[in-house]
Amino acid sequence: MSTDTKTPTADEPEAGETPESKPNFMRLFGRYLTEANSVMVTIYSLLLAFLIGAILLIVSDEYTRSTFSYFFSRPQDAWYASRDLIVESYTALFEGAILNLSTLDRYAAGTAEFGDLLRPLSETLTYATPLIFTGLAVGLAFRAGLFNIGAQGQLIFGMMGALIIGFALDLPAVIHLPLAVIAGALAGAAFGAVPGVLKATTGAHEVISSIMLNNIAALFLVWAISTEFLHSETKTDLITKPVDESAVMPKLLSGLSESLRVNWALLIGIGAAVFTWWLLSRSTFGFRIRAVGFNEHASATAGMRIGSTYTTTMAVAGGLAGLAGAALSLGVGSAGITTNTALEYGFDGITVALLGRAKPGGIVAAALLFGALKAGALSAQPDVPVDISTLLQATIVLFIAAPALVKAILHLRTPRGGLVTLEAKGW
Amino acid sequence: MAVKPFKLALAGLSAVGLAALAACGEAPSENGGDDNADASFLACMVTDSGGVDDKSFNESSWAGMEAAAEENSDIKVDFKESSSETDYDPNLQASVDDGCNFIIGVGGLMTENVNTAATANPDIPFATVDGFSEVENVYSIQFDTAQSAFLAGYVAASQTKTGTVATWGGMKIPPVTIFMDGFAEGIEKHNADKGTDVKLLGWNAETQEGTFLNSFEDTAAGKSTTDTFITQNADIIFPVAGPAGLGALTAAAENDAVNAIWVDTDGYESTEYGAELITSAEKGLANAVKDSVLAAYDAANGGEAISGSYVGTLANDGVSLAPFHDFDSAVSADTKAELEALTQQIIDGTLVVESPASPAAQ
Repeated sequence: MSTDTKTPTADEPEAGETPESKPNFMRLFGRYLTEANSVMVTIYSLLLAFLIGAILLIVSDEYTRSTFSYFFSRPQDAWYASRDLIVESYTALFEGAILNLSTLDRYAAGTAEFGDLLRPLSETLTYATPLIFTGLAVGLAFRAGLFNIGAQGQLIFGMMGALIIGFALDLPAVIHLPLAVIAGALAGAAFGAVPGVLKATTGAHEVISSIMLNNIAALFLVWAISTEFLHSETKTDLITKPVDESAVMPKLLSGLSESLRVNWALLIGIGAAVFTWWLLSRSTFGFRIRAVGFNEHASATAGMRIGSTYTTTMAVAGGLAGLAGAALSLGVGSAGITTNTALEYGFDGITVALLGRAKPGGIVAAALLFGALKAGALSAQPDVPVDISTLLQATIVLFIAAPALVKAILHLRTPRGGLVTLEAKGW
Repeated sequence: MAVKPFKLALAGLSAVGLAALAACGEAPSENGGDDNADASFLACMVTDSGGVDDKSFNESSWAGMEAAAEENSDIKVDFKESSSETDYDPNLQASVDDGCNFIIGVGGLMTENVNTAATANPDIPFATVDGFSEVENVYSIQFDTAQSAFLAGYVAASQTKTGTVATWGGMKIPPVTIFMDGFAEGIEKHNADKGTDVKLLGWNAETQEGTFLNSFEDTAAGKSTTDTFITQNADIIFPVAGPAGLGALTAAAENDAVNAIWVDTDGYESTEYGAELITSAEKGLANAVKDSVLAAYDAANGGEAISGSYVGTLANDGVSLAPFHDFDSAVSADTKAELEALTQQIIDGTLVVESPASPAAQ
């Protein structure tokens, strides 16, 4: 606060405003910071998650833990050890995800290329790419009141669709690559439509059917890889044929360094986010999705066909997840996919969509954050346990999903509209 | 909403009390320091998707790395885990960036990625475990485990009471099927030499088809697979599936008449089911990795560069049959003598254990 309190008029640069506008803004801003609105809950969730991460880092580090056993005879040991550990660990995550400071030194000294400097960012974007798609796949369905847990299965089918077109056809790259991408989207859409059709025709709950379809897809993949059609001709391990050179996603920055893996799939991902935004907020179909998500009975009364909305929404969501699969099998997994290639990208899409509050822009931001955590944790090991990224993701989403918890821990005010918590209807 | 101050104080007091109890220890005189903190040679290992604590070949390789660091205090070791094959490239690249002087990629699936990294960094020696590479600065570490599995199969055929033994694998990949091939051949040898008619379930060496879990982790599936074989009369089980093989051992522990043979390490020491294990078909991964790290260190310090490949065999103790431990009295002296003779024949080359997955075949 300013010591100069007697002349409030002096603090009034914007003419024409009421005298209290400035203190009012400050107070409003302060109010905003201490209120459990969606933006602040997200920010506080991130901070709390990193705090819990720090505690777990201390607990899991043997040396730091040992300094606590003689805390009372020499407390500074525990203090310095904990501080150094946390600073080093989070610095290592930052260096693996954004900018490696030692590479920066080498670059300044002329021993590293500019491309080496970009590698952490490239890795972040590479790991974020599939998450953008699966996050959109889950987020779009959220808006229609559907909980799409099936993104993992849709991704697996998209992966196979793109892969098959990728190696089986012999075409010039201008046609081959787009065709393989479209095949991935279509395969994902076809698989994604299944829970939608089941819900529309039989009332089967999409959560149950999409979970089961995930298992079916995962086991189908194991079988499919072992068939002669898909199985690698040169290896006996459970791995598929590689896609043709003409169907491989070109790297975005290969001009700078071959080791920068970020590829065109990222651009497709951003395009998909823009498309989803347009679909939801500018198209008639998007209006129908939101109306059905808001109140299906009212929508039905208004003459909307609920069943077909469910089916199409799930198909579009499946198509988005299928694109994630195409991004994998034509990108980082172009040398052949295994049962491990899909990782947990489909399930992580749920957390991305929750963190992004089912809005396309938020989903891209959340995917970038999770991509950064994954890239950072991968490069920071073994000094930092690799599981820290999963742990941070889980903790962040735990807080996001329970705004009341954040509010209680930090004694935040209830915002005017009440606590905002994202939920899929239809339970 | 408000917590009662009294309760809060009580909770706080007890927490402080607990912390004080836990924190009353003596301070050490000076910090012990990191192991080999200022070593000049950094050896790095990139795991495959199993992770460094997989109780299988990643863990054995890491044990070899640590053993090398223990033997030579000028060597520091580090690892990076991969969660899928899409992590291989960044992990290998990060190892290069970390300034590693020797980089080992564990798992045959990584061989091509190791080749690419090695070609891009011709000054750094690389190694690939369970894979074969022709790149000059890549050292291949492979094992002819068909030989040790052959001896295990011979023992199994001599020990079975029902005349039926069974095997199953984690995944149909060469480092697994080679064990099954050798095991099948050992049984055949026993049948041919001793006129027995021991049947093997779970693997057909001719068609190369058999029973696989498609997982190295799913112990429950391992147990149910084993139970199925037990109902088909098998009384000795040979699971080739890393940790998932523990499922077979729990099944064996539940059936007095059923025993098992372990793979990769001496299961009598590495598992809790020593009483069920007749023997183990060992693969000397840790030693091979350790030797390669030490050799790479020597090369970096003016010695001869390591190149070419290493194939672990009975002859160089790279693979072996573990002791019988609790079953020492059950295995007859005749069988032991025959095993010794067979070992000698394999070492001499008069007896060749063949598998399509053998390192020699590449």
